[in-house]
Amino acid sequence: MSTHADTHAHDDDHGHHHKETFVTKYIFSQDHKMIAKQYLITGTIMGVIGVIMSLMFRMQIAWPEQPNVLFEALLGKWAPEGVMDADIYLALVTIHGTIMVFFVLTAGLSGTFSNLLIPLQIGARDMASGFLNMVSYWLFFLSSVIMVISLFVEAGPAAAGWTIYPPLSALPMAQGGSGMGMTLWLVSMAIFIASSLLGSLNYIVTVINLRTKGMSMTRLPLTIWAFFITAVIGVISFPVLLSAALLLIMDRSFGTSFFLSDIFIQGEVLHYQGGSPVLFEHLFWFLGHPEVYIVILPAMGLVSEIMASNSRKPIFGYRAMVASILAIAFLSTIVWGHHMFISGMNPFLGSVFTFTTLLIAIPSAVKAFNWITTIWKGNLQLNPAMLFSIGFVSTFITGGLTGIILGDSALDINVHDTYFVIAHFHLVMGISALYGMFAGIYHWYPKMFGRMLNKNLGYLHFWVTAICAYGVFFPMHFIGMAGLPRRYYTNSNFPLFDDLANVNVIITIFALIGGVFQLVYLYNFFSSMFFGKKTVQNPWRSTTLEWTAPVKHIHGNWEGEIPHVYRWSYDYSKPGHDDDFVPQNVPLKEGEEELQH
Amino acid sequence: MTAFLTIIIVLFVAVAIWQMVKIFDLAQVNTSTSDTGVATDYDNKINGYLMIGFLLFIYAITIVCFVKWGDLPLMSNSASAHGPELDNLMIISMVIIFIVQTITQFLLHYFAFKYRGEKGKKALFFADNNTLEAIWTIIPVIVLAGLIIYGLFTWTSIMNVNEDDDPMMVELYAQQFNWKARYAGQDNVLGQANVRLIDLDKANILGLDEADPNAQDDVITTELHLVVNKPVLFKMRSQDVLHSAYMPHFRAQMNCVPGMITQFGFTPTVTTAQMRENPDMVEKVQRINEIRADKSKDLVAKGGEALERYDFDYLLLCNKICGKSHYNMQMKIIVETQEEFDAWMKEQKEFKNSLN
Repeated sequence: MSTHADTHAHDDDHGHHHKETFVTKYIFSQDHKMIAKQYLITGTIMGVIGVIMSLMFRMQIAWPEQPNVLFEALLGKWAPEGVMDADIYLALVTIHGTIMVFFVLTAGLSGTFSNLLIPLQIGARDMASGFLNMVSYWLFFLSSVIMVISLFVEAGPAAAGWTIYPPLSALPMAQGGSGMGMTLWLVSMAIFIASSLLGSLNYIVTVINLRTKGMSMTRLPLTIWAFFITAVIGVISFPVLLSAALLLIMDRSFGTSFFLSDIFIQGEVLHYQGGSPVLFEHLFWFLGHPEVYIVILPAMGLVSEIMASNSRKPIFGYRAMVASILAIAFLSTIVWGHHMFISGMNPFLGSVFTFTTLLIAIPSAVKAFNWITTIWKGNLQLNPAMLFSIGFVSTFITGGLTGIILGDSALDINVHDTYFVIAHFHLVMGISALYGMFAGIYHWYPKMFGRMLNKNLGYLHFWVTAICAYGVFFPMHFIGMAGLPRRYYTNSNFPLFDDLANVNVIITIFALIGGVFQLVYLYNFFSSMFFGKKTVQNPWRSTTLEWTAPVKHIHGNWEGEIPHVYRWSYDYSKPGHDDDFVPQNVPLKEGEEELQH
Repeated sequence: MTAFLTIIIVLFVAVAIWQMVKIFDLAQVNTSTSDTGVATDYDNKINGYLMIGFLLFIYAITIVCFVKWGDLPLMSNSASAHGPELDNLMIISMVIIFIVQTITQFLLHYFAFKYRGEKGKKALFFADNNTLEAIWTIIPVIVLAGLIIYGLFTWTSIMNVNEDDDPMMVELYAQQFNWKARYAGQDNVLGQANVRLIDLDKANILGLDEADPNAQDDVITTELHLVVNKPVLFKMRSQDVLHSAYMPHFRAQMNCVPGMITQFGFTPTVTTAQMRENPDMVEKVQRINEIRADKSKDLVAKGGEALERYDFDYLLLCNKICGKSHYNMQMKIIVETQEEFDAWMKEQKEFKNSLN
């Protein structure tokens, strides 16, 4: 393993290395650190678009059919007189979901931190293939551009919900957005999947082959375990979504009937015969459910690492943490049917999926308890990254617990597709993954940009976000239990829900405050890049290898030889050492035993 | 023009916030020149106390939500035979969730406060403990096993329709953007149907097989009438896209899928008239009417029409995104006695008489 890396070292002997131009350094870079930053910036831009969309449809829900100058300004012809159109409402909901799930929390999160941390934490010069890595980013960029372009087509962007169930997504006569908008959506996603697969394969190969001397699998930081398993799930499940997308393209453009049958619309019978939308649901959720773990596992990895470092304590139960990642990954591929309890599939299958789904609660509970035990009797350094990590555990528990209700087929009958579902998944995978991402950014910003983020702005950002996140999503459970369906443009046609209107106003106000306060973060992020305090090499006094690399980014990560590893990554406050942390590249003292983990 | 001005104003607001943050930022630098960007003991203390504050906030929002918006009339007054069973399971799950949530959030935030960092303090090196881990693996296993078993019994009893009860057969037919109900008539057998047989000129709107003898006495309506305490078995169809027939008061929901027939059965137990007299419901309706009266005042002041008074009715809602007017795809459900139902049914046209 190390021989391979050593040949790299030779390539990267500096001085006589060919000089990098602006284009090779900043645009078509093959350096994993630069690619990570490219992912992060692209993800941030997509995130801003996604959040603005959510604020717009939240305003529509709170003040339905009221003229709003913002709508008029941003939506143009879709908001005549400033009143939002019902079609564009569905489009906003759809694209918000797509962007946040795939472009921000998959590519933005995994793309950034897998790229940044895998080579640095395992002690490698770069990814196994720098070229594939570059291609992966640019495919992601291309798919982002196509997704954004789809917002501007004549008949409107895709509007069938982010799950794009046919026939609605297949028939332009059923919905304006199912024309060109949906075509672009499918093309964008197909490219996105290609990007994701290239990235994942690269991560897997790198973790397996390029670990430095002494970096056994059981000494890997939990971040790497999480990225590694995430990549494996991605490789298993994304191709299935690709096949669903391709079959849908066939149905839409070439007259096949994979998902369509017996349709009478706008006065005529269509030729489709023999297909089934339920098949699409199966294919979609075969990715769709693992996808939520693709989103949450990297966040879990980041949080585990940050919690240990900032608690000045080893992560509690390393083996159990790894085992639970593996268990979650395995179970995640056999639970997709819990999205389909009332889809018309056989109720017996519903029973099976209830069983497998509730099993996932066990490894999740183990993780939550282990995090809580990690901070017990620690010496907690409450840096912004640590606050976001604690916030992560808090929202993960709150959101995860309601999964017990949704995963139970009998209970799902009455809350399926209501706001209860929205509240559940936003807390457990939306907000939690976002917290994980913020925690990662606050923690590794010095590694990425050589400067520190302003911590006081970080505190402000965290506390306002934390309060607003609960303010938005906690009350949502209750309007869901009261039976309010999701994706309703307005509830004013249902006097039954009139007494919930004020809850929707409160939720929207929290959302607006939380949304606006993200500007604090954006300011901090961009201004610290140039004006932030210069960082020292290991500002958080962490044990992992990335902090043994120089602050200045060099191609190949370490000058001279790559570090060797002699211990696991969690030797914090180990008895017998003066310092409260022992980096992984410090040899064991005489008579010192490595913890049996 | 307004659009342009709005964008300018929004930009200015963004710039203003940016500048305020910058001032805040600069003010910080002056007070602590030795700031390295890493938390100090002072930061740990402040944020430790804020953690306790946040814990109280979580508890407060939980209590407020349950008291103010835990829509009890809807959540505790199910109107179907299987409803109480399902509600029981819901309550048990909620109690478990509530307990776990209260305890774990307390531990998390309290530890964050209690063990906030101080210079010179050393953390406990505590990496592993098999007993502890076994405990918090086994406890969830036991609790979940109970929930799974209870849940599966409930699910099976709801979904397995007992045809021996001789349920009333009703077809729910979905299309963009309305519902139709088709009753099976005297023979209680629904006639064959397929969207390919739809003939709008002859008013055969649901595509019934005109030659099928079972179809002759079928009755198509735009309101759903059910007989109290009489089992009903719904056969769902959709003619265009996915829809979902959601009847929250009856704890019932099933998707309507083009190309296949899905089903859901239940027994309504409370008539519309009875539900309107339910004290919880009376209170809820009164509250809603107060809100509507307030809104009406505003509307009238602006020259609009006042809102109608609300009277409780069971509803069938569409709960699967189905296009532009998804938000207004509903059908009234009326649960009544057998006599009332028969009287209503007499007024309806049988299929064979409804064709042009």
